[in-house]
Amino acid sequence: MRREAIINTAVYLALPALAVAALILDEPFTITLATRAAILALAAVGLNLALGLGGLVSLGHAVFFGLGGYAMGILASHAQSYAPLVDGWIVIEGSKSMPVIWLVAVLGSALAALVIGVLSLRTSGVYFIMITLAFGQMFYYFSISWPAYGGEDGLSIYVRNAFPGLNTLDPIQFFGLVFVLLSLVLWGMSRIARSPFGMALSAARQNPARVETVGLSPFRLRLVAFVISGAVTGLAGALFADLNRFVSPTMFSWQMSGEFIVFVVLGGIGRLFGPVAGACLFVLLEHTLSGVSEFWLIYVGAILLLVVLFARGGLIGSLAGREVADD
Amino acid sequence: MTEPLLQIIGLRKSFGALRATDDVSLTLRPGEIHALIGPNGAGKSTLIAQVAGGLAPDAGQIVFDGRDVTALGTAARARAGLGRTFQISALAMDFTVLQNAVLGALGAGGGVWRFFRPVMRDAGLRARAEAALARVGLTDQAGRRTADLSHGQRRLLEVAVALTLEPRAFLMDEPMAGLGGEGSKRMTAFLDTLRRDAPILLVEHDMDAVFALADRISVLVYGKVIATGTAEDIRANPEVRTAYLGEEMP
Repeated sequence: MRREAIINTAVYLALPALAVAALILDEPFTITLATRAAILALAAVGLNLALGLGGLVSLGHAVFFGLGGYAMGILASHAQSYAPLVDGWIVIEGSKSMPVIWLVAVLGSALAALVIGVLSLRTSGVYFIMITLAFGQMFYYFSISWPAYGGEDGLSIYVRNAFPGLNTLDPIQFFGLVFVLLSLVLWGMSRIARSPFGMALSAARQNPARVETVGLSPFRLRLVAFVISGAVTGLAGALFADLNRFVSPTMFSWQMSGEFIVFVVLGGIGRLFGPVAGACLFVLLEHTLSGVSEFWLIYVGAILLLVVLFARGGLIGSLAGREVADD
Repeated sequence: MTEPLLQIIGLRKSFGALRATDDVSLTLRPGEIHALIGPNGAGKSTLIAQVAGGLAPDAGQIVFDGRDVTALGTAARARAGLGRTFQISALAMDFTVLQNAVLGALGAGGGVWRFFRPVMRDAGLRARAEAALARVGLTDQAGRRTADLSHGQRRLLEVAVALTLEPRAFLMDEPMAGLGGEGSKRMTAFLDTLRRDAPILLVEHDMDAVFALADRISVLVYGKVIATGTAEDIRANPEVRTAYLGEEMP
């Protein structure tokens, strides 16, 4: 096995190992912590396709995270109150079923990514960052000022949504569900990275002129990457809302987008398991350092600074060395 | 006389008061190498950029293979069969040599919208890429990272990627740039065989190469074509001699 493969396996198994250990030691809070890390990892895995492979520094991925969250919140709150979501010549009921919620979250955030992508991918560099940030702020302030679903206070869901055959309120079962989803998405991403599309996307990051000269459109490649990326982050948003049984405008905030970028950079930009390693490290630091100091983010900032200055490949990169081109 | 494959008709491009391309008309016929020469700042790169599609002309027309391509972008012109190489190598530096060639084959062969099958396991793409690498003599470098190649090897790879497109015409911007004497000779010999695949519009500073290869030469000075003809015509042309005054003319 290559060194990166060994490290990836270790990172991959760390979360379930922690969850199982916590189960044996009867520490449900730790399981919830592992679940939180897995969900944030999933969101960052989504971002990594755009940021790592595509080179698109999106400071607006919280849009998709928030849309996923509100897809869950809105559907579940209607199911909770037995008030149909749409009550006209067609009737759309709310839903407490996770698969339905996930589907809505994925399609909704993919659609948003398509619209935002079409409008923002014409630009590049700092303008792209600013436009995605502006979209994020639009959604954030809209969610604050729209009173129907809690506005600034957010929206509470009393019972976690259901998945056929599972008791999702049991922390370890919910963790298992999240971990299976994370695994499936990671598998999909590993396929995409080596696929014809992944190769062309990576080339468009390295040298857009080259891609055009062989007859491909960098814009279209980036747009498709952005849509897939947004959809994955949207799925993570739905799970995050379900974990907390709560949705609020915070999910749309630019700090959230910034955190996703931090996960990816900490773990290793463009590395398959980079965002997983980054999200786990972040949650770990958040958990341990927030007990030490109220200003724990200062330490995270210092670590990030060290990574950017001295370990450009992030956690995975500094452990595994330079990326090997695979054949 | 055979019908030209590429026709540039009355092309104009100005940057402010500077007429970078001033009513340029050129043709590229099947089987020929048409060299474009001129002193520095004559507007060769600007002209190439307009033909390749990266820069829109102010006026004029570019007809390729009987079709007006003036409004098409770079990618569409590449798909129409225009294979371009750059003055400064434009390659995916993190890729291996073979991956760069496969990217070319992928662009030409289609199928980029596939998300699951590993691209490097696609036998068709690989075969096309490997054939192109073999033609330029880079087979033994296939597994190396492109960033680690020598300058000359990158130039060859650039040509190999263009070959994977199986273009109807080549557009080459100084393929000899930065090659040593030996490298230049090899590239010259290679381009000499390449004209049987497709005609080449060649921008080049290396006069030995130009006079060895070109069936026709056009001389660009201050954005204008001042002469077009065979190597002998150009050598004998007094206007060209004046334009090149102070520069070595073989």
